[in-house]
Amino acid sequence: MTTYREAVRAALREALQKDERVFLMGEDVGRYGGSYACSLGLLQEFGPERVRDTPLSEAAFVGIGIGAAMAGMRPIVEIMTVNFSLLALDQILNNAATLRHMSGGQIGVPLVIRMATGAGRQVAAQHSHSLENYYAHIPGLKVLAPATLEDARGMLWTALLDPDPVILFEHATLYGTEGELAPNAGAVPIDRAAVRRAGKDVTVIAYGGTVGKALEAARVLAERGVDAEVIDLRTLRPLDDATIIESVSKTRRAVVVDEGWKTGSLAGEVCARIVEKAFYELDAPIARVCSEEVPIPYAKHMEEAALPQPAKIVDAAFATVRGHG
Amino acid sequence: MTTAEASSDFLELDRSQALELLRAMIRIRRFEEKCAELYGAGKIRGFLHLYVGEEAIAAGALPLLSTEDAIVSTYREHGHALLRGVPAGAIMAEMFGKANGCCGGRGGSMHLFDVSRRFYGGNAIVAGGLPLAVGMALADRMQGRKRVTACIFGDGAVAEGVFHESMNLAALWKLPVLFLCENNQYAMGTAIERYQSQQNLALKAQSYKMEVERVDGMDVLAVRAATRRAVEYVRDGGGPWFIEYLTYRFRAHSAYDPELYRSKEEVARWKKRDPIVLFEALATERGWLGTEDATALEHESDEEIAAAVAFAEAGELEPVADLTRHVYAPEAAS
Repeated sequence: MTTYREAVRAALREALQKDERVFLMGEDVGRYGGSYACSLGLLQEFGPERVRDTPLSEAAFVGIGIGAAMAGMRPIVEIMTVNFSLLALDQILNNAATLRHMSGGQIGVPLVIRMATGAGRQVAAQHSHSLENYYAHIPGLKVLAPATLEDARGMLWTALLDPDPVILFEHATLYGTEGELAPNAGAVPIDRAAVRRAGKDVTVIAYGGTVGKALEAARVLAERGVDAEVIDLRTLRPLDDATIIESVSKTRRAVVVDEGWKTGSLAGEVCARIVEKAFYELDAPIARVCSEEVPIPYAKHMEEAALPQPAKIVDAAFATVRGHG
Repeated sequence: MTTAEASSDFLELDRSQALELLRAMIRIRRFEEKCAELYGAGKIRGFLHLYVGEEAIAAGALPLLSTEDAIVSTYREHGHALLRGVPAGAIMAEMFGKANGCCGGRGGSMHLFDVSRRFYGGNAIVAGGLPLAVGMALADRMQGRKRVTACIFGDGAVAEGVFHESMNLAALWKLPVLFLCENNQYAMGTAIERYQSQQNLALKAQSYKMEVERVDGMDVLAVRAATRRAVEYVRDGGGPWFIEYLTYRFRAHSAYDPELYRSKEEVARWKKRDPIVLFEALATERGWLGTEDATALEHESDEEIAAAVAFAEAGELEPVADLTRHVYAPEAAS
């Protein structure tokens, strides 16, 4: 058995071993071992030049990562949590995502940014949000959400080979999840969504921290006679429309699950694409299960109420089937 | 503050050196004046930030960098690009929005890039280029290259948080960055005494344990002498160096600026310290240059600029079918 955290660490170690241009930079990634312990031991193994602790200066160390990438390095920048990434949003949007275009194709920014995202640990409103869609909105970026051990292990190397900036969102509740990982697990493609459970009655589309909840919902639905197909988006930009449309065309019903707030959500974008490309395949209105429109509260019962939960997914999926079945 | 009288360069200048300095300033001045004219004629659109009045900084500082060094600049960068060797035609064509511009027309006046000459913009988020420069210097250090990254920005940048974050990291990691602050006394229309509690900007950099110098930016010889010391120090691995050049922009902030925030008297007072007039007077007085040299250099520049305008006029517009090019690398197009 291994954990998601260990899978991330194995990916980081492999990257540092395989390519001397790779270095890891961020708050407490070195001596502390990473705020989620993903880089524990890497400072001792690779030294302070390549496992580089930074001050609490998100804009600067992300910008430095961009500059270093422009000058031939392959930096991996860790931002402690997506809420903090807003301090570096200027650098990510106005520089990383924009320099290639603004320079007429002269500059590439082969930078990887990793950050934790999401709620579920009672750390309240400034450490819990899901802002993946802020980044998925931006042309010039690629945005990944590894939901499985295989993807936590394999997406990083593929991201490092990419000539453009890639942002990896690791849901904070996933770090401790356990599972089997093949000893030869390695790089995985980052251009396709994955069908995590095949089914025929309804398509449940999720990513990151909600994939597990969607699978749990599918088990409950199966007991109630509904055979749900679960899609893990994996890549939030560019979205793999083909996998989504193929599934929805088969099941004719869709529930989109997103830990972001519903208004302006990635779930909204997925819905729009289904409507644009498969409207006449649908037998029922598309449902969305998103976070409630509230900053994530501290109290456990309130936090749970604010987030997508398996029971809400079950209800939404069941309604799409029952309502038009 | 350093002045020419205090600099060792003052006595050493020969005719060819004097000609180079004057040529550099006149080239920029004439180029910028042509830009203003072409803006009025509708050939250049968008924002246009002119460097008129500040030419001594580019002329005194940038020729001291080697071709291996890098420059990260701001949106008032036509002069920096010119002196870095970006062809005047490619700059002009960029402002015309033409495909033969240095960025194919994707950037415009504020975003001039020429990677072949290690000229990295053209950054229009104030202070946004500072961490890029620090990162490029970090890459040089990690890859064992002895290069300098020069980062040019205005006084307005010093009020941004990322300025301080970048100063701290450059000094903490002793990186080869040359911070060149063009203090033209205004952040757009807000005078420095109205937005800075401490108006000696070099002191702020010094607080990060960095070498600093404050220089008369209207005096090309003072600029050159101070920058030379700094470049040598940074190249030798001493860590970053910060220079504050005290200067003034003679023209409006941009083409949209009605200049309601400063008096004509103030502008006139600074114009008495026009860097070109000052240097020309000094050079002729010292016998380095003759009285006809400036006129000859103006003609030379005008010819270069006329050719640049013709190049821009003759350029093609990029086909709209190519609109989404350069968002991702071609091999990774999605």
